[in-house]
Amino acid sequence: MNVLPLFIVIPLGAAFLIPFLVKMWRRIPDLTGTLATLSLTVLAFCLTDKINTARVYYVGGWEPVKGIPIGISMVADGLSVLMLIIINFIALMVSIYSIEYMKQYTDKAKYYILFLLMIAGLNGVVLSGDLFNMFVFLEISAIASYSLVAFGIGAEELEASFKYQVLGGTASAFILFAIAIVYRITGTLNMADVSKVISTTGLNSAVLFSALLFFAGFSLKAALVPFHAWLPDAHPSAPAPISAMLSGVVIKVLGVYALIRVFFNVYGIGTFNSILSMMLIFGLISMVFGGILAVGQKDLKRMFAYSSISQIGYIIFALGLGTKLGYFAAVFHLINHAAFKSLLFLDSGAIVYRTGTRDLEKMGGLAQVMPVTSWTSLVGSLSISGIPPFAGFWSKLLIIIAAVQAKHFIWAFVAILVSIITLVYFMKFYKMAFLGKLNESFAKIKEVPVFMSLPLIILALLGIIMGILLLPALKELIIQPAADVIYSGVNYVQTVLGG
Amino acid sequence: MQGMSLIVKKISQIMAPSIFILGMYVVAHGHLTPGGGFAGGVLIAGCFTLLILAYGSSKERSLVFKEKASLIESGGIFLFLFIALLGLIQGTLFFVNIFSRSNPGVPGALFSSGIIPLCNIAIGVEVAAALFAIFITFAIMRFGEKL
Amino acid sequence: MIEYILAVVLFAIGLYGVIVKRNLIKIIIGLMIMEYAVNLFLALIGYRSGGAPPIVEVGKNQIFVDPLPQALVLTAIVIGLGTTALLVSFAVRIFEKYDTFDVRKIRKLRG
Repeated sequence: MNVLPLFIVIPLGAAFLIPFLVKMWRRIPDLTGTLATLSLTVLAFCLTDKINTARVYYVGGWEPVKGIPIGISMVADGLSVLMLIIINFIALMVSIYSIEYMKQYTDKAKYYILFLLMIAGLNGVVLSGDLFNMFVFLEISAIASYSLVAFGIGAEELEASFKYQVLGGTASAFILFAIAIVYRITGTLNMADVSKVISTTGLNSAVLFSALLFFAGFSLKAALVPFHAWLPDAHPSAPAPISAMLSGVVIKVLGVYALIRVFFNVYGIGTFNSILSMMLIFGLISMVFGGILAVGQKDLKRMFAYSSISQIGYIIFALGLGTKLGYFAAVFHLINHAAFKSLLFLDSGAIVYRTGTRDLEKMGGLAQVMPVTSWTSLVGSLSISGIPPFAGFWSKLLIIIAAVQAKHFIWAFVAILVSIITLVYFMKFYKMAFLGKLNESFAKIKEVPVFMSLPLIILALLGIIMGILLLPALKELIIQPAADVIYSGVNYVQTVLGG
Repeated sequence: MQGMSLIVKKISQIMAPSIFILGMYVVAHGHLTPGGGFAGGVLIAGCFTLLILAYGSSKERSLVFKEKASLIESGGIFLFLFIALLGLIQGTLFFVNIFSRSNPGVPGALFSSGIIPLCNIAIGVEVAAALFAIFITFAIMRFGEKL
Repeated sequence: MIEYILAVVLFAIGLYGVIVKRNLIKIIIGLMIMEYAVNLFLALIGYRSGGAPPIVEVGKNQIFVDPLPQALVLTAIVIGLGTTALLVSFAVRIFEKYDTFDVRKIRKLRG
């Protein structure tokens, strides 16, 4: 029970320990960052026992009075534990990678401080049981990510980060407005309590308005079309480990997880029937739009950024189907995409580290000089495109089966089409970067150092074996509880307040 | 950056201690009167900002100020985390009111309401140092402008 | 009721500033107006007619305004401060690199 606050205290304490200790030894930030993320990952894995029930922790010991919560609460149910594992594990990989990669930039200490602050914010978002607490942690991690995107202070990074900040600030204003309206209607901020009250008042115009504001705010954070304008600029300009974190974790936690929590558990599908069809439509548009625009890109990381838009569209589309299999497929695709998009962005970072360019037309034949990078890129690309036996194939197959089961045959066909388009541009990436004739100026480069290749290998191995998560024993362990939380909807109230 | 004229320097020299003490008063009485950590911290930062604006400071001194302000800010956050963890060490939960069992205070008195005054002091230190660091950073950035 | 509508009008003015204006500084001011409008709305929610400021004096018994939105607004103001400070420092840096504040000319990333 007492473990839950540690997820926020450890990164926060480590982040503010760095300025004191960095004077003694220059490598303190690397050590602190890696130790902190390692301990967080271990803690997250320890939470997986009793995953089917929700652990509730009342901060300050303020227990509910006559069944009405009066204090801030932290809740860890199946979905939260899964997101915690994803966040902290990918943070560990990125932290190890950054030891070597961030040597190109000045001031590694500030990088690790901001990075740990972002981790603290992300952990806080998935653990909070309170609407306003979620908003505060969302802002913490968003502000840390604005600074991290512009870390190498060039002209393009500043412009991209400015656009990201203005749009992110607008989204936060929408979310705060929606929280204010919810407070006016229900008189409480605790998510379980709000759910109880809304189920009695039903859908009047104020509830509808706040739901729309929430949808707009969280879609902007998740980069759904038409709110995607910041993503193709922000993700390429960030340093590669931060791009991996942003694309692999942040848009999922701040966008998809918050959407699920607010709409499935707090509002409930029964209250707001058209939310599922909205998710379906926006997911579809993002899928197609991201896929088509990714084909024509010459910049490596920009292509990956558009691919992120497309894959998040898949996840939201699967959520919008409304069936039990759809939720399961969405959660599984979320795990897969987190692992693979991070792997691909770290690979692009390795390419930039050695060749100094992101332009696909200038590369070629890198497979001869960088074997580890080329193998891991191949695994990542094949998995995202949905080629068996990699894990991405299973999750896309499940999404298409779920769509067919829900009788949306045309949309399932569109999903298959977009999957083929995904294969097209990833094969284009692999061919232009790794196959073909080696460019003369790159003849002397070597493979990336050990600290960078280790996370690449680990993530690629995960990709190959994660298909086994579909076996019944492991499925019950991790994915099914998360899907059950989404499916149970407003029974969230029972698990939190009753248990 | 340059300071201002003699009149401004003298007036700010007279006013600054009063503003500082007002800020500390607001922080310390946060549980009895409106204010608390944030508002009092802003006042304390305002006092130092006033002095820097009136007297001016060179680039090197500004850099030294920024380093020290960052360190004090980190110290303030550590103090806050330490207070929050005291509950955990004492065997109970996080953020608990450690005074509620040993010696509860009288409502309305200065030494009352558990750990809230300590938290206010930590937050006041942190906000003051952070705002001062932001101001000094803007002042330093002016040195590098090309117009 | 009229106060809520006015707060929403202020929010709309801020939104107009962010979307339409071309100067970077005006966009930042628009965002600030939006955040302050939401803070104002949040503080207005706690009002109860005839209520006193929520400071307890021993022995007296009266209607107070709701103190929870006031605590929320404190936090939201500080968050707005952090966002604004970051945005303004970015604007200064962008001016150093691009020599203009016009958002239509700051367009190196395309496609």
